[in-house]
Amino acid sequence: MTGSALTRYLAGRVAQAVGVLWAAFTVTFVVLYLLPSDPVALQLGAAGIETDKLTPEQLAQVEAQYGLDQPVLAQYWHYLTGALHGDFGTSFAQGLPVSQLIGERVGTTLTLSLVAGALSLVAGTTLAWLAAYVRWRPLRLFLSRLPSVGASFPQFFIALLLIQLLSFSLAWLPATGDRGWQTLVMPALTIALLTGSMLAQVLMRSFDDTLQQPYITTARATGLSRAAVQLTHAFRNAALPAMTILGVLVAQTVTSAIVVETVFTRDGVGRLAQQAVLAQDVPVVLGVVTLAAAVFVAVNLVVDLLYPLLDPRIVHTPKVSRS
Amino acid sequence: MSDLVTVEGLEIGYARRRRIVPAVRGVDLTIAPGETVALVGESGSGKTTIGTALLGLLPAAARITAGTLTVDGVDVTRASERALRALRGAVVGLVPQDPMVGLNPTMRIGAQVAGPVRLRGVRGPQVDVEVVEFLEQAGVDDPVLRARQYPHQLSGGLRQRVLIAIALAGRPRLIVADEPTSALDVTVQRRILDHLEGLVRGSGTSLLIITHDLAVAADRSDRVVVLAGGRVVERGTPRDILVSPAQDYTRRLIAAAPGLAHGGRIVPRHAAAPASGEPVLQLVGAGRRYALPRGHGSGTLTALEDLSLELRPGRTHALVGESGSGKTTALRLALGLERPDTGRVLLDGTDVTGLGWRQTRPLRRQVQLVHQNPFASLDPRFTVGQSVTEPLVSFGIGDRRSRTARARELLEQVALPASYLDRLPAELSGGQRQRVAIARALAPAPRTVLLDEPVSALDVSVQKQILALLVQLQEQLGLSYLFVSHDLAVVAQIAHTVSVLRRGRLVEEGPVATVFGAPREDYTRELIAAIPGRRAESRV
Repeated sequence: MTGSALTRYLAGRVAQAVGVLWAAFTVTFVVLYLLPSDPVALQLGAAGIETDKLTPEQLAQVEAQYGLDQPVLAQYWHYLTGALHGDFGTSFAQGLPVSQLIGERVGTTLTLSLVAGALSLVAGTTLAWLAAYVRWRPLRLFLSRLPSVGASFPQFFIALLLIQLLSFSLAWLPATGDRGWQTLVMPALTIALLTGSMLAQVLMRSFDDTLQQPYITTARATGLSRAAVQLTHAFRNAALPAMTILGVLVAQTVTSAIVVETVFTRDGVGRLAQQAVLAQDVPVVLGVVTLAAAVFVAVNLVVDLLYPLLDPRIVHTPKVSRS
Repeated sequence: MSDLVTVEGLEIGYARRRRIVPAVRGVDLTIAPGETVALVGESGSGKTTIGTALLGLLPAAARITAGTLTVDGVDVTRASERALRALRGAVVGLVPQDPMVGLNPTMRIGAQVAGPVRLRGVRGPQVDVEVVEFLEQAGVDDPVLRARQYPHQLSGGLRQRVLIAIALAGRPRLIVADEPTSALDVTVQRRILDHLEGLVRGSGTSLLIITHDLAVAADRSDRVVVLAGGRVVERGTPRDILVSPAQDYTRRLIAAAPGLAHGGRIVPRHAAAPASGEPVLQLVGAGRRYALPRGHGSGTLTALEDLSLELRPGRTHALVGESGSGKTTALRLALGLERPDTGRVLLDGTDVTGLGWRQTRPLRRQVQLVHQNPFASLDPRFTVGQSVTEPLVSFGIGDRRSRTARARELLEQVALPASYLDRLPAELSGGQRQRVAIARALAPAPRTVLLDEPVSALDVSVQKQILALLVQLQEQLGLSYLFVSHDLAVVAQIAHTVSVLRRGRLVEEGPVATVFGAPREDYTRELIAAIPGRRAESRV
């Protein structure tokens, strides 16, 4: 691999990531601010003040205070430069800076996401691995059907089922809260069931395809056992297509956090988003959406950068010789 | 000395919808230590099934229904997986069919050769030493560098040598080579077969060559076993088989192998005759360079340099050469997929070099292409009818009814029944697919058809049928062909004139009868000598 080719590849990917992030911010801004609604009314309503009771002078003063009397482009520019410095404005409902609101909660959600992610990675890979290795047809069939079952239950239902069983019936774990590892178990399980199933589905297909490849026959003909061939020759090739959905899985974790944090009353970014949407707290929604987009873009960037390490064909080098 | 392999009354079938479809029906076969045996037959004759059965690697759907298969004293039909693993690699090594897909794309060459070395219990730095040794033995140049490279950085011939190194690394007593070179250029094919033969003779290893090409089999083996429909129809020394074939089937295989058909001589179909008519396609001093990624020497690769050729109506002009000789580049220039850096391209006397795609589109209808691989060039979700009428749709020719009528007519021209209109490519054999691809190319009634290695993915007997079809269509419709091939024997069967290319440069050109009959250049002589079957004929 030539140094310049790698640099160009990296530069291209980073530029693409920045572009996607900008687009996500802009689309969210356009949707939130240019929809037919009255930002001032929204804002004052969120603060518990009736717009009708204010004089036009008072209204104008509020508009000026929040910069709402500026042209749309100027507002957009104000928000964009603010966002670049980590400032997403002030929450309408709570009167606190959005960055502070998110900052206080991001740790909880991050812990949950990481635990759920690790859980789904381990469970999904193990399941796909077993389904590819087991030769007894009934068991193989059973294993390969599991992911579709896991992916089809609604998350709130799984969450309620877990609470009913582990909290109310067995009293092993607390039903709500965000203090201590005990509160982490059920939310993580709920998320991992979905994302783990999605991962297992992709991996299983990809294992099936890979194990049909002629180079697997080449490897088996040298006397390697099936387990060894699956580990040394099939796994890396089978993991490549699964890498692609990692970004989707992370996005799924963010969406799941909204449901799960609400059901389990965890004070995280997901719950903040849910509350902000209900209260029409526009700056908070914009902040959370931008954060989610940033995470998504970052994960995809990491995946893109990992690809050349896993698959040497990605950065194309010319043939060195002919026989 | 007892035989290394003994096969008795072997019957293997494939389970399909609760029925067992037989593939091998009562085959007897022995291979003695140090002996080279060739298993010859067309696709579907069961030859590959026997090869994989020797390694105990039959697919899950295969069932051994009768007979025994003993390798080195172990009955493979009832051996445990553990016993089979002891056989694989150490007793029987496999050189698989297609070098382009036979190597793990994400693993370095060295690691892939090291696998079987480690299985023999070798550890530590000795592993690397042996890896380089085996690569060297298999004829890989610069083995230390190659061991660090990935498969996609190597040419097809080198990959095939790596596969041989992997088979050698287990130090087997028998090597099963399943169509080891059919995907390669003739000259590369010859070098690899020569090399494999030398290795086997030198070390007393047995070799089982599985091939559809009787010429390859006869050239390389001590004994030939001819298979048809899962049964052995004939066996004997190459000499017996070639001189006095007992079966019609064997005679057909001999007739189909271009190198064997005329006693080892190449007999051009067309005599040298002056061409008439205005050229339908011309390249004038055409050249094409590609930029290499930075850090690779001069920065450009000259794919083609100063090539001129003329294709006259109703004639076939062939471009021959090895991979990298520029023949495909010339084809892409002729088709207008790329523009020449120097020189000009003329269609029907019109200079199309500087014209855009839109301006030349009416002319494009006159020039159609048939691809090399009929397994990849047909959309698997299109029926035969849809595939054949697609060019009519894209050129906006006719309505639904007239297109269907045209499709029937085209299928008739390529000798396929009209009932095939609703079939999918997966239901067709390789030869039938190539007929469909030819029918598709003929759909807009072109005057010129560009044929890119149209038969090299097919069995020799099917090759012969497709070539006969092409000749017949040329006579009926007055078509001109630009025929790209690495196989001179095939070229002799169809072309009037030929250009021999090497590394982007013209080596020699002229009527086939002249160039092949009295080659002026060493390179042309080398290509002719590489045609399989010539050695067997000289031994007869």
